[in-house]
Amino acid sequence: MADIPSDAPQHCPGTASEQAGKTSACQGCPNQNLCSSGATKAPDPAIEEIAEKMLTVKHKILVLSGKGGVGKSTFSAHLAHALASDATKEVALLDVDICGPSIPRIMGLEGEQVHQSGSGWSPVYVEDNLAVMSIGFLLSSPDDAVIWRGPKKNGMIKQFLRDVDWGELDYLIVDTPPGTSDEHLSIVQYLSSARIDGAVIITTPQEVSLQDVRKEIRFCQKVQLPIIGVVENMSGFVCPKCKNTSQIFPPTTGGAERMCEEMNLTLLGRVPLDPRIGKSCDEGKSFLTEVPDSPAAAAYHSIVQSIQAYCLSHVPREESAG
Amino acid sequence: MGRNRHLNQKKGGNLAQVQHVVLILSGKGGVGKSTLTTELALALRHSGKKVGILDVDLCGPSIPRMLSVGKPEVHQCDLGWVPVYTDAQKSLALMSIGFLLEDPDEAVVWRGPKKTALIGQFVSDVAWGELDVLLVDTPPGTSDEHLAVLENLKKQHKVDGAILITTPQAVSTGDVRREITFCKKTGLRILGIVENMSGFVCPHCSVSTPICMDTHTPSVLVANRSPVSFRLASCALFRWTQSSV
Repeated sequence: MADIPSDAPQHCPGTASEQAGKTSACQGCPNQNLCSSGATKAPDPAIEEIAEKMLTVKHKILVLSGKGGVGKSTFSAHLAHALASDATKEVALLDVDICGPSIPRIMGLEGEQVHQSGSGWSPVYVEDNLAVMSIGFLLSSPDDAVIWRGPKKNGMIKQFLRDVDWGELDYLIVDTPPGTSDEHLSIVQYLSSARIDGAVIITTPQEVSLQDVRKEIRFCQKVQLPIIGVVENMSGFVCPKCKNTSQIFPPTTGGAERMCEEMNLTLLGRVPLDPRIGKSCDEGKSFLTEVPDSPAAAAYHSIVQSIQAYCLSHVPREESAG
Repeated sequence: MGRNRHLNQKKGGNLAQVQHVVLILSGKGGVGKSTLTTELALALRHSGKKVGILDVDLCGPSIPRMLSVGKPEVHQCDLGWVPVYTDAQKSLALMSIGFLLEDPDEAVVWRGPKKTALIGQFVSDVAWGELDVLLVDTPPGTSDEHLAVLENLKKQHKVDGAILITTPQAVSTGDVRREITFCKKTGLRILGIVENMSGFVCPHCSVSTPICMDTHTPSVLVANRSPVSFRLASCALFRWTQSSV
C-alpha cells in the first residue's frame, strides 16, 4: 500500500502518504480519485504478514546512527559474528542500506546471489547459523547503482521482511543507512506489530557526529523505539609505531559519554580505531577472529555481552504464540 | 512564493548570476563530503571568489556547525530566502535546513517526496545573487536528494560537474563506484576524485600511518573496470592526509 502504482507519475508521494491524491504531482494520475478518497490509507496487510513471519525470531535489534561512516555496518557485522560464535544460536543480518549496501563485502559474500524457493527468498549463509540478506546480492555488478526514490526502497524493505525465509532465529540484526528517512520509517512501520527489542546507536566522539546522533535518538523516541545503548566508535587511535593513543576525532563536547548522561542513555562502550579493523572488513573477515588480542576486539566483546544481557532481561511477560 | 518564482523566471532565476555549480558527492557516508565542501569554499573565498554552499543533507546537515554560524534567522526578500552570510563582506553564502529548525536536535523524519519538495525550493528560491561558485553538499547515497537537486539545477542552470570523495577502504570505493554509475546515468560530469583520510600523522612521533592498510581507490580508476574511467584517469587524484587535530 505504500508502493508507487505502475501508472503513477514521477513524483508520486505514495498511496499511503497523507498527501496521496493531493499533491501537484497527482494531477492527471488515473489513481488520483482513489488516493484522495482515503481508500489507499488502510493499514498495509504486509504489517500483519511480517508480524506472523517474525514470530519465529526471538530478538530483533536495529543498528542506527544519524551520521554516516561511523561504523554501523562494521558493528552490525561483528555483532552478528559474535552472537553466532555460539553454535547453538541462529543469527541473521539484514542490510536495509539500499543505496550503499556494505554488508556483502564486510561478511565476505561479494558476488553471492539470492535463490528463490517455495518458502521464499533464501538468505546467504556465512556459517550454518549465520544468514545474511542485502540488496547487494540482487545486483549483477559492483558498479550497479540503486537510484531509487523512497517508495521503491520501502517496497524492497517490505519484501526483505516478508518474503525472506529466515526460519527460526535467536537474533535478527538490521543494519541501516545513515539518517531518519524512508528506510528507518519503513523498518519501524513494517515491524510495528512484531516486537523490536531495541536499537543500538553508533557514534564517533566528535560533535559533528553527535549532533546527527541526537536527532536519531529523537527519532527513536518519536517512534517509541527502545534504545539499548550507544557505542562510541573510533574512540582513540593507537599508533602502531610508538603505541601512544591520539584522538583522531576529539570529543570537544564531551563525546558519547556526556551525550548519554544528558539524554539518560547507556554508554555500551568505546571502541578504539585499529587500522586492522578496516582491513578485515575489506577482506570480508571477522576482526574478532583475525586480531583477537586487539583492544578493539575486547571492547566489542564487552559491548556484545551487554546487548545480550539487555535482550534476555527485557523479554515481555507474554510472548505471542501466534 | 509562487509570484516570486514567476518573477525569478522572468529575470533568469536565482541562479542566473551564479557562474559555476559543483556537486560534492559520495556513495559512502562519513568520508568527508561536508568537511571538504567547507575547506574548498574557504580556499576559494581566500583566493578572492564569492562562494555559496547549498547543504541538501536534510537529515544530517553539517555545514552550519562546520562554519560556526550558530543559529541565525533566515529572512525573506522579494526573490525568496536570503542566504546566511558568514561575514559582512558577504563573500560566503550558506543555505541549510539546519537554519530552519527551531531545535537543533530536532529530527527531520521525512519521506522522499517531502525532501524532494524542499530541495526544489532550496534550488530555486534562495536569492544567491552574484556568486563565482555554488558548492552543493549532499548526503551519502543515490536517492531522492540527489535526483531532486540535479533535476532542479538542470532546469535553471548548467551544472559544471561533481567532485567525488572516497576513503581508501574497499567498503568506501565500493559505494563510490555506484556513485560514478549515478553520474554516468544522469549525465553529470565527474571533475575529479578526492581520496580523504589517506593517512594519519601521529602527533607524538610524526609517523604517518594509513588508517586502513591498503588503498582501493585505484580500482575506481582502472580503465577496464569502469566504463568512464578513461576520463577519470586524466582527472587529478588528490590524496589528503589528515594531520593531528
